[in-house]
Amino acid sequence: MSAVIESHDHDHHHGPAKGLTRWLFTTNHKDIGTLYLWFSFLMFLVGGAMAMVIRAELFQPGMQIVQPEFYNQMLTLHGLIMIFGAVMPAFVGLANWLVPMMVGAPDMALPRMNNLSFWILPFAFFVLLSSLFMEGGAPNFGWTFYAPLSTTYAPPSVTFFIFSVHIMGASSIMGAINVIVTIMNMRAPGMTLMKMPLFVWSWLITAYLLIAVMPVLAGAVTMMLMDIHFGTSFFNAAGGGDPVLFQHVFWFFGHPEVYIMILPAFGITSHIISTFSRKPLFGYSSMVWAMASIAILSFVVWAHHMFTVGMPLAAELFFMWATMLIAVPTGVKVFNWVATMFKGSITYETPMLFAIAFVVLFTIGGFSGLMLAITPADFQYHDTYFVVAHFHYVLVPGAIFSIMAAVYYWIPKWTGNMYDERLGRLHFWLSFVSVNVTFFPQHWIGLAGMPRRYPDYALQFADWNMVSTAGAFAFGLSQILFLFIVLKTVRGGKKATSQVWEGAEGLEWTVDSPPAYHTFTTPPKVS
Amino acid sequence: MNKSAKKTIKVLGFTVFGMFFFSFALVPLYDVFCEVTGLNGKVALESTNIEEVDTGREIKLQFISHNNEEMPWIFKPSEEVLDVKTGKYYTTTFYVKNVTNKEMTAQAIPSVAPSNAASHLSKLECFCFNQQTLKPGEEALLPVKFLVDTDLPNNIKSVAMSYTIFDITDYDKQELAMQMNHDSMHSEESH
Ligand code: HEM
Ligand SMILES: [Cu+2]
Repeated sequence: MSAVIESHDHDHHHGPAKGLTRWLFTTNHKDIGTLYLWFSFLMFLVGGAMAMVIRAELFQPGMQIVQPEFYNQMLTLHGLIMIFGAVMPAFVGLANWLVPMMVGAPDMALPRMNNLSFWILPFAFFVLLSSLFMEGGAPNFGWTFYAPLSTTYAPPSVTFFIFSVHIMGASSIMGAINVIVTIMNMRAPGMTLMKMPLFVWSWLITAYLLIAVMPVLAGAVTMMLMDIHFGTSFFNAAGGGDPVLFQHVFWFFGHPEVYIMILPAFGITSHIISTFSRKPLFGYSSMVWAMASIAILSFVVWAHHMFTVGMPLAAELFFMWATMLIAVPTGVKVFNWVATMFKGSITYETPMLFAIAFVVLFTIGGFSGLMLAITPADFQYHDTYFVVAHFHYVLVPGAIFSIMAAVYYWIPKWTGNMYDERLGRLHFWLSFVSVNVTFFPQHWIGLAGMPRRYPDYALQFADWNMVSTAGAFAFGLSQILFLFIVLKTVRGGKKATSQVWEGAEGLEWTVDSPPAYHTFTTPPKVS
Repeated sequence: MNKSAKKTIKVLGFTVFGMFFFSFALVPLYDVFCEVTGLNGKVALESTNIEEVDTGREIKLQFISHNNEEMPWIFKPSEEVLDVKTGKYYTTTFYVKNVTNKEMTAQAIPSVAPSNAASHLSKLECFCFNQQTLKPGEEALLPVKFLVDTDLPNNIKSVAMSYTIFDITDYDKQELAMQMNHDSMHSEESH
């Protein structure tokens, strides 16, 4: 299957090809995983730099550093880049590295499509970022791109934005198809569905969510394109359209999307907590059922983002209760993680520290989510910094901490070298403290009424904004340390054993560290 | 690649296309849903004729006008509040004036609050059924002839009828009119 290289490259044998073309034409799941992870980190830095612009402007009330128009562009690009450029590709990269090794498959099912789905991503983000230099500037309508802000009032670069979203969507869909086909058809003999590692389960469910909602996102931007260029009136009231329709279509994609960004994190956390507690995971099958029910419920809660647009009472109540229902399977998962740690012989290596912080801080984000789900309360909280605090708690110490935990946990496997444990812990504590300093005060200024998405604010919010900005810069700088640690590990370090961690279980720990370029060319037996 | 993998790919491929078209199907679904339930206060954009009856009760009608964006016309209801009886036809007017020095075309879009009153409002005649073109400085009184039927839920004592006018001078007017008609086709089906 992976014969593409052979026809072009004469000195290709069984190891990787040499030089740049190795990366350009590779169909190897490990290479592509590495590409995804580095691309994601690059986007994390770009999106992070934009966050620094935002926080610098908010350091003090009044306009100091940038123009309001530019502030809006930074806010929009920050959101889009972090979601579609940093978090999602990082999870796809982890899936590439880990899913074949965890199910005992030689590679992903569709290696050439795998190459394509990666390489169109840098192109998509190049198009998106180039809009910064176009007339009228980059998209400025927020990552949720509500019409008519993104149609009638949009800068001309909106067409490029639509194009890049189409490409990102195509990339995600191809990635998802690849994951599903691999998991459904390439498991080693004996590995039944209910014996699959939880990371594999979490990605299987995530991939189905992607297949279901990325086309809806594509539909939404296509309708925008038609409204802007072909005179249709999907979202234009003058022609009988309806801007509220846009919000329904967007959030029908948008809410499942937030679970796309958290389910793989659930999988990662389950592995790490079990390993460092030296106990099998508590409640494996309830974990699977919890993830499946969260995924299904995520299709019927979208309008909790729209409580204030004017819905009838029946709809407000339905979406309120449906949203609260999601807290039940989420609570089951948190319970299982804690029960796994209970009476375990726990050690606190860096991955475990990140995983425990994930459980605690993600739960805080879940609680603020529950507060937002209370419809009458949401009339006060909506579009304030409280919402900003909520989703940053579930996304930064949630999704992003889980990605960092995964990197520390599996990097000895990937590179064959142990990372520097002291530096790893330092990175953890710096990130842990600064992320809370950044985002916790945003709960308070949100409850006090500071609206989101403005470059300026009233004087009474000044103190906590200053604290938040200080935290944000500390968090940003800490990630340079992360880059340093990863580079150092790639270049050398204490050699890792095959099992790496004392309590680690699963097929990926049975192969060498680093693994051969092709693993499991003959499938292992799973009993 | 084995057969079952090919089948998985096929099924997933169809699902992707299916969901893409589903996102477009959401548009008519949304309209039909809103019209059947009257959820978003949208009213039918075509003329309906209903028998008058004498068994109605008294309610208050409020008229509200909005100008979309920078629409420069003067646009306001001739009467802001009207005491009416359900089951009877009434006529009221809206005053418009094109205060610019160029010919312009407008389209008014109606909306009703509370939204569950929308399905009880019938209009025999409304300026919102058509586009309005006014010469520079021209003014007009635009009529609405309407009836609130006697099935209006008892807890509703007052109904607000709101109109927003949009400047559609630069639009393809026939295209827009067709889209509006297309929308009212749906309401014919669902009524
Ligand atoms: C118990 C679980 C959760 C509940 C009950 C919940 C509830 C809510 C509600 C009601 C809102 C709307 C607030 C408003 O705009 O007024 C919201 C916003 C948001 N939530 Fe959650 N949420 C939960 C978990 C998550 C998770 C796991 C993620 C992502 C990983 C997430 C990401 C977001 C984002 C990004 C927004 C803001 C979107 C925007 O307006 O830009 N939430 N959440
Ligand atoms: Cu949501």
